[in-house]
Amino acid sequence: MTAAPELDSNILRAEHISKSYGAVTALTDINLRLAKGEVLGLIGDNGAGKSTLLKILCGFQPPSSGAIMLEGQEVRFKSVDHARSLGIDAVYQDLALINQLSVFHNMFLNREQVRWPLLKNRAMRREARQHLNDMGVHLPSVEVPVAKLSGGQRQAIAVARSVYSDAKILLLDEPLAAMGVKEAAIILDLVRDLKQQGEVSIIIIAHNYGQVLEVCDRVNLLQGGRITYDRPSSQTSVAELTELVVAEYREALEERQRLGR
Amino acid sequence: MNFVSNTAQQGGPADTGSIPGQPRAGGGQAGETLTRVGRAFLRQRESTVFVVAVGLFIYFALNSSSFVTSTNLPILFTQDSAPYIIIALGEVFLLICGEIDLSVGFTYALAPYLMYYLITYDHVPGLLAILIALLMGVVIGWINGFLTVTVGLPSFITTLGTGFVILGIVQTTSHGEPVTVPTDVAGAQHWLGGNWAPFIWAVVLTILMHIVLTRTRWGLHTVSVGGNQLGAREAGINVNRIKYGNFMLTGLLGALVGIQNAFVTSSIDPTAGGYLPMFYAVTAAVIGGTAMLGGTGTVVGAFLGAIVIGMLTDCFIILGVSANPLPIIFGGAVLVAMIANVQLARLRARGAQ
Repeated sequence: MTAAPELDSNILRAEHISKSYGAVTALTDINLRLAKGEVLGLIGDNGAGKSTLLKILCGFQPPSSGAIMLEGQEVRFKSVDHARSLGIDAVYQDLALINQLSVFHNMFLNREQVRWPLLKNRAMRREARQHLNDMGVHLPSVEVPVAKLSGGQRQAIAVARSVYSDAKILLLDEPLAAMGVKEAAIILDLVRDLKQQGEVSIIIIAHNYGQVLEVCDRVNLLQGGRITYDRPSSQTSVAELTELVVAEYREALEERQRLGR
Repeated sequence: MNFVSNTAQQGGPADTGSIPGQPRAGGGQAGETLTRVGRAFLRQRESTVFVVAVGLFIYFALNSSSFVTSTNLPILFTQDSAPYIIIALGEVFLLICGEIDLSVGFTYALAPYLMYYLITYDHVPGLLAILIALLMGVVIGWINGFLTVTVGLPSFITTLGTGFVILGIVQTTSHGEPVTVPTDVAGAQHWLGGNWAPFIWAVVLTILMHIVLTRTRWGLHTVSVGGNQLGAREAGINVNRIKYGNFMLTGLLGALVGIQNAFVTSSIDPTAGGYLPMFYAVTAAVIGGTAMLGGTGTVVGAFLGAIVIGMLTDCFIILGVSANPLPIIFGGAVLVAMIANVQLARLRARGAQ
């Protein structure tokens, strides 16, 4: 995993992706690559466009221009379901959990097991419990509505849902945000396990650069809708990444002062 | 099992010990089973309205000799309850996914007229005319779905508008004149308007829709759309399809009730339907435990709520009491049920912390 992967080994590539909402430009000429089995960290300040990029890569919204190449083939995602059928699954920052539904119904949301026309609740309940146990997440019951769980538990369920979806590419938007130390360790271990198995390629958006460097092979920095930095984790440090982001803030501050505001 | 009900009344300290399968020390086996059944019952969202319905039934049975009689019971269940039950089934699905249909009572009025026009003016066979009239209900539902989902109007406004338009169509085409049910469809009288027929329809449809809500993907996704629309969309659920579908379901049920009513009363009247059955249906849903906040609701509760409404309507007449104060009771029941809903939600939220 240390050698830079060749272009052909990239499972996912974003080419010249731009996205604007009316007059507001969120992303400009994004070029991003993800090798098979690689874990890519996507960092950047709030509002840099990280979540927008992720929502394009998982089929939730189309780019304004540019192309997405999946295993060398250009694809146009028609929907989240379409992207999912091609092996891409995302954990959203807002988790996309339904508070009123039980843990196990959330874990199988929109890929319920069915013996038409009825849901196979017993099978889903058993599998959900199994997956959560495997991950080391212990809940008293998978029947409780997710509204009653803690932020970390909710996040663990959202991550488990994607991890056990047999996806080839996982997109995780701040999977550690609401987590305690122990829960974060569970997720980081999970990512490490997946990396070792080498079957899944992962993009992680995160703010904790220590955690990013711990599990990621490579880091991309997104600033103002552009990727400004792309380096293997081994060639950078928390200090450098912090400095890059803080420098951006200082520049903006100086700019404002120069304009006399 | 029952995901909707399970969200309802948990969160209090009472259910901390009642995780299924967890053995508890002490107490007799029978007593323990009884306690468990009791708790399971109380946890159901429908339990309050169930107690109210049974209580009212007993009260009226004891206080009026003409309540439990072979003439009154069919009136109570078939005329005073069944229409609201069937319409409420559609409204519950819409309320759960965050919408409402105010126009359904006018679909109710138009459907039997369409059946009549097709038979009388176009010589369409009776059964086919009934099917086309039902299909019209589905089409009206689709139009409501289109204006709400695709055009983006709030469903309150959409269906306020379409309701008036349909009313205008009924009044214009009928010249405001009632007509009698054509003899061509007399064969359907027994099935649609017989003594108990509409109530049997209501029971069967309630069971069916309860299963759809609690045991199928459609029900699960309806709850998801109302509970967290963005999340449902992110999970890949086709939110628009769910909403269109539930509008079409409600339109279909409205048309069915309208046709049934024509057979029950043997006449087709331009003033049948309207806002009243729709508001009764929504009232039934709310009394039954469907909060209008989206994401929660129960079919069985709406069924019981409609029977409570039916009993009150029926008994004010039987007991010879003036029906004038009846709306005060309905209004009070709606407010009490809604306050209970909101307070329960607050308790649940506290329990989640």
